[in-house]
Amino acid sequence: MAALRVEEVLAAAEEQEAEKRRSITVEKELELEYDLGNLLAVDRNPPPAAALRGAGPRREVLLRALARDNTQLLVSRLWELPAERAGGAGGPLVAQLPEPTFRLPREKPPPKPRPPTRWEQFARLKGIRRKKKTSLVWDEQAKEWRRRWGYRRAGGDPSRAWLAEVPAGADPEEDQFARLRREKRERVARNELNRLRNLARAHRAGSAVPAAPLHPTGHQDRDELRRVARVARVSTASLGRFQPRLPKESAEPPSRSGGKKRRFEPLLGNLAAERSRQLELLRNMGSKKPVLDITRAVNKQMRQEEAEAAAANKGKKQSKRGKRGRRQQRPGRSGKKSGARRQPQQQKPAGGGTGG
Amino acid sequence: MRPLTEAETRAVFEKLAKYIGENIQLLVDRPDGTYCFRLHRDRVYYLSEKLLKLAASVPRESLVAPGTCFGKFTKSQKFRLSVTALDFLAPYAKYKVWVKPGSEQSFLYGNHVLKSGLGRITENTAQYQGVVVYSMADVPLVSAWPLPGLGGYEMGHLPHLLFIPQGFGVAAKSTQECRKVDPLAIVVFHQADVGEYVRNEDTLT
Repeated sequence: MAALRVEEVLAAAEEQEAEKRRSITVEKELELEYDLGNLLAVDRNPPPAAALRGAGPRREVLLRALARDNTQLLVSRLWELPAERAGGAGGPLVAQLPEPTFRLPREKPPPKPRPPTRWEQFARLKGIRRKKKTSLVWDEQAKEWRRRWGYRRAGGDPSRAWLAEVPAGADPEEDQFARLRREKRERVARNELNRLRNLARAHRAGSAVPAAPLHPTGHQDRDELRRVARVARVSTASLGRFQPRLPKESAEPPSRSGGKKRRFEPLLGNLAAERSRQLELLRNMGSKKPVLDITRAVNKQMRQEEAEAAAANKGKKQSKRGKRGRRQQRPGRSGKKSGARRQPQQQKPAGGGTGG
Repeated sequence: MRPLTEAETRAVFEKLAKYIGENIQLLVDRPDGTYCFRLHRDRVYYLSEKLLKLAASVPRESLVAPGTCFGKFTKSQKFRLSVTALDFLAPYAKYKVWVKPGSEQSFLYGNHVLKSGLGRITENTAQYQGVVVYSMADVPLVSAWPLPGLGGYEMGHLPHLLFIPQGFGVAAKSTQECRKVDPLAIVVFHQADVGEYVRNEDTLT
């Protein structure tokens, strides 16, 4: 009895060993593709047919076996990686993963392009494009190629400039060097301010700004203040209709439809005022006539040319004109000129003559 | 019907100034009454205050034409002068063109005036200047409608009406150039003529 039991126990132990060894070796037709940096293993073997069709518990068992086999293969690959003990001798064994090769898709949406700056908007409007500039400029004084700006730039070191001319119309007592330094400081400050403004505008455009505070803080710009002022004006019982205007505000009330509907003068409004406005408009139109009268200039030129041509032809062609020439000349010359002289000189203002 | 806006008034006055120059103020500021311009369905009308008050009481859809139509604004907001303004332009016109009787008929049919048909032209007319076209017939033509302020049809007794306005146009050549150019060249571009009263009877207001 005891021998049998021992044999049984040994056989069982033997079987367990075999089982263990079997479980770490996996047979596959196609090798798996490994991306150890992402802990990824891709199995391209076609799965057993029963695993694809919805077959219930059998399918579950097959899929589990498949997953176990693939995981086993991945883990055995991980064990092959170079490893070290993290945190000294007693720490855990840490494998050094290689670089991941599989490109994962984006986790978050791509960032929106920043809004154009004030200069970029203007340049786009005007069609101004960047001129490609060379990086080096020929410095005539140093007789070599120097940078356009920066260390050892062309044009000499501005901090060592020993001459600053007093410009015409400037105060002779003023310190020109101090002026140049001050102006540079101002330019830099203005540039910095604009850069920050552009940044703020981009930031504001990106995130939907919550309702602006309605009291004046120190950091509001012109548009915000205008908006705030409008809200303040309209927040009265009569919706801002009898509110006195601020000194530099426009006189017309803001339209309720936001400027979409046009408003005209009343049909039978003050006719005298309308007449005076029109006369004013006529006066303005009249005053803008150009001083140079093109017609007179052209006529003068033409008369000059005619005179020259006549003088040139006088000697040569006098004989050729004969009877025919003179006959053609006369009606043309007399008709136009006498007709022009005969036209009535006065324009009679037809005050009562026309109209209803 | 509504008054003209600033831009519209400017457009109208600029067009009128091409034909009558600074005499527009005689139209605007008249000793015998207050006259004004009003816009009705894209057409510009010139009417007296009394007429305006009467026309204001007519509903918009029923109102055909208050006063005299001077012209209309096209779809692209350009002002186009029409022949119905001729009676107001002609007395104040600065530059005039007289057309020979032979080609006057051609002008009344809507053709341009050629050099061969040109009788007289005012001295110092610039190129592209607005001009009023007159006929040069020896026999004064009886006009089909009574000219304002001059009574009915008694043409023969009025010597200054020997020259009758036939329409208006734009000078294609300045006076100096007109003398030199060949007979078949266009000297006046046709803009409007009195023949339109018959041709465009339906659309004229």
